[in-house]
Amino acid sequence: MIRFERVSKRYPNGREALRDVTLQIGAGEFVFLTGRSGAGKSSILKLVALLERATRGSVTVNGQDTGSLPARAIPAFRRRLGVVFQDHQLLMDRPVYDNVALPLIVSDTPFRDIDKRVRAALDQVGLLQYERALPLELSIGEQQRVGIARAVVARPTILIADEPTGNLDHALARDVMQLFKRFQEVGVTVLIATHDLTLVHEFGQREIHIADGQVIA
Amino acid sequence: MITPSIWFTRHMQALLSALGRVLRRPMASLLTTVVIGIALSFPATLWLLVKNAEQVTGGIAEAVDITVYLKTEVPLEEAEKLAASLKLRNSIDEVTLIPAEQGLLEFRDRSGFGAALDALPENPLPHVLVLRPSTAHSSADEVEALKTDLAGFPEVEAAQVDTQWVRRLAAILQMLEDLFKAIALMLGVGVLAVIGNVTRLEIGARRAEIEVTKLVGGSNAFVRRPFLYEGLLFGAIGGLIALAITQAVMFALDIPVARLATLYGSEFRLAGLGAADAATLLLLGAGLGLAGAWLGAARHLSRIEARG
Ligand SMILES: Nc1ncnc2c1ncn2[C@@H]1O[C@H](COP(=O)(O)OP(=O)(O)O)[C@@H](O)[C@H]1O
Ligand SMILES: [Mg+2]
Repeated sequence: MIRFERVSKRYPNGREALRDVTLQIGAGEFVFLTGRSGAGKSSILKLVALLERATRGSVTVNGQDTGSLPARAIPAFRRRLGVVFQDHQLLMDRPVYDNVALPLIVSDTPFRDIDKRVRAALDQVGLLQYERALPLELSIGEQQRVGIARAVVARPTILIADEPTGNLDHALARDVMQLFKRFQEVGVTVLIATHDLTLVHEFGQREIHIADGQVIA
Repeated sequence: MITPSIWFTRHMQALLSALGRVLRRPMASLLTTVVIGIALSFPATLWLLVKNAEQVTGGIAEAVDITVYLKTEVPLEEAEKLAASLKLRNSIDEVTLIPAEQGLLEFRDRSGFGAALDALPENPLPHVLVLRPSTAHSSADEVEALKTDLAGFPEVEAAQVDTQWVRRLAAILQMLEDLFKAIALMLGVGVLAVIGNVTRLEIGARRAEIEVTKLVGGSNAFVRRPFLYEGLLFGAIGGLIALAITQAVMFALDIPVARLATLYGSEFRLAGLGAADAATLLLLGAGLGLAGAWLGAARHLSRIEARG
């Protein structure tokens, strides 16, 4: 569950990216965050993942008021979150398997569980046969799916994605969205920022529209 | 829940990944460890030289004798009594009485003034006592005090001891020891800086990895750990190299020093680093490596945050 209450975000350069944003996303919901480039979609996701902190107002994630979370508690907080970005941030010098295993390794998961879960995650995104490949040996769509496998491998309750289909053609983009939809169907809360309105309409899910740092609908 | 086996596993992981990175760039790693090794070998060698010098001069300082010239009118029996009473003192190990006659004989033999001495109506030499201070009381100050004390005896004409050069030697040794401390301090800071810099470069090169690790919930301790192990490894290997260099220097010096000692009629041989010294050097290297990496990581890791 994610709740924003009268949240404003002003960056150090003075730019006010969010103004008085109030929104609520229930557990298990699938929500699109839409709006033009610069509207403030990424800022909302960064506040959820605690990559940034709100200037004013309160952001509550999984019942946890993020404003009162000390810096040393942030790693544990992030481990309960799955995050996917357009720039997928894979480690290019590590095989697919290692990339997907990273969230489990940082959370001290025992070895036997790591292997099982990495394979399960790769299986879910259809890349089991590529576990030994380096990311650059894969297509862009496949790389994005490696990023998704990494986001879900630790079984987060919330999955957030920032323009996860930005670099993909329509067919591949639809595949990726379907993948997210499947995670929502097993109970994960999914929040996806995108400006691909065709895709949004095709999926017909709840949409929160942002314009100029404010929630429109 | 962190069980001991997970704790062990993740430390082994960090150690192995650090080892992997050290070995993946053999030339760069070799250079770093050799620089550290040379830096550590300077104070180690100097320390050994000081220790050896103390060994030698300790032996010499013990051999500082006090020569006591009795007044010419003091008869032999009294000289013997004095010798016996002095011998009872803790501060004195040995007392040798050289009666005037014996002194004259020796002087005659050595000086070649035989005929001239024969012409003297009587023996002009006094009885002489040669005192050897005990080891526990052989510092220059104590020997000097003993000498002053003896000079005040009514039977004593004069007491003589050459503590000047012992003092000079002690001063030189003290200076070498201070030099050792200064060099050790400077080079220790140097090693910290070298490893801190290696850590900085390494952090810069792995920035993307650090960002991603933090993004998926890696704690600061998790991110820092491989760098600490890397510093520890560099320091320990550097310590090993320093050990090799120091022993090599000592080995090279051993033969000329032994030859020199023989010339001086001494059995003295250079002492190398013992097992405890070697362990200290390794621990010191590893400790400096760890500390350097810690400083580097503290400075440069905090600037890297996950990005969206
Ligand atoms: N780190 C930052 N520093 C300064 N300004 C920023 C930063 N991130 C975003 N902004 C600004 O905030 C506004 C909203 O950006 P963003 O949240 O990225 O929008 P969107 O994801 O909808 O394109 C933009 O004007 C952008 O330039
Ligand atoms: Mg954006």
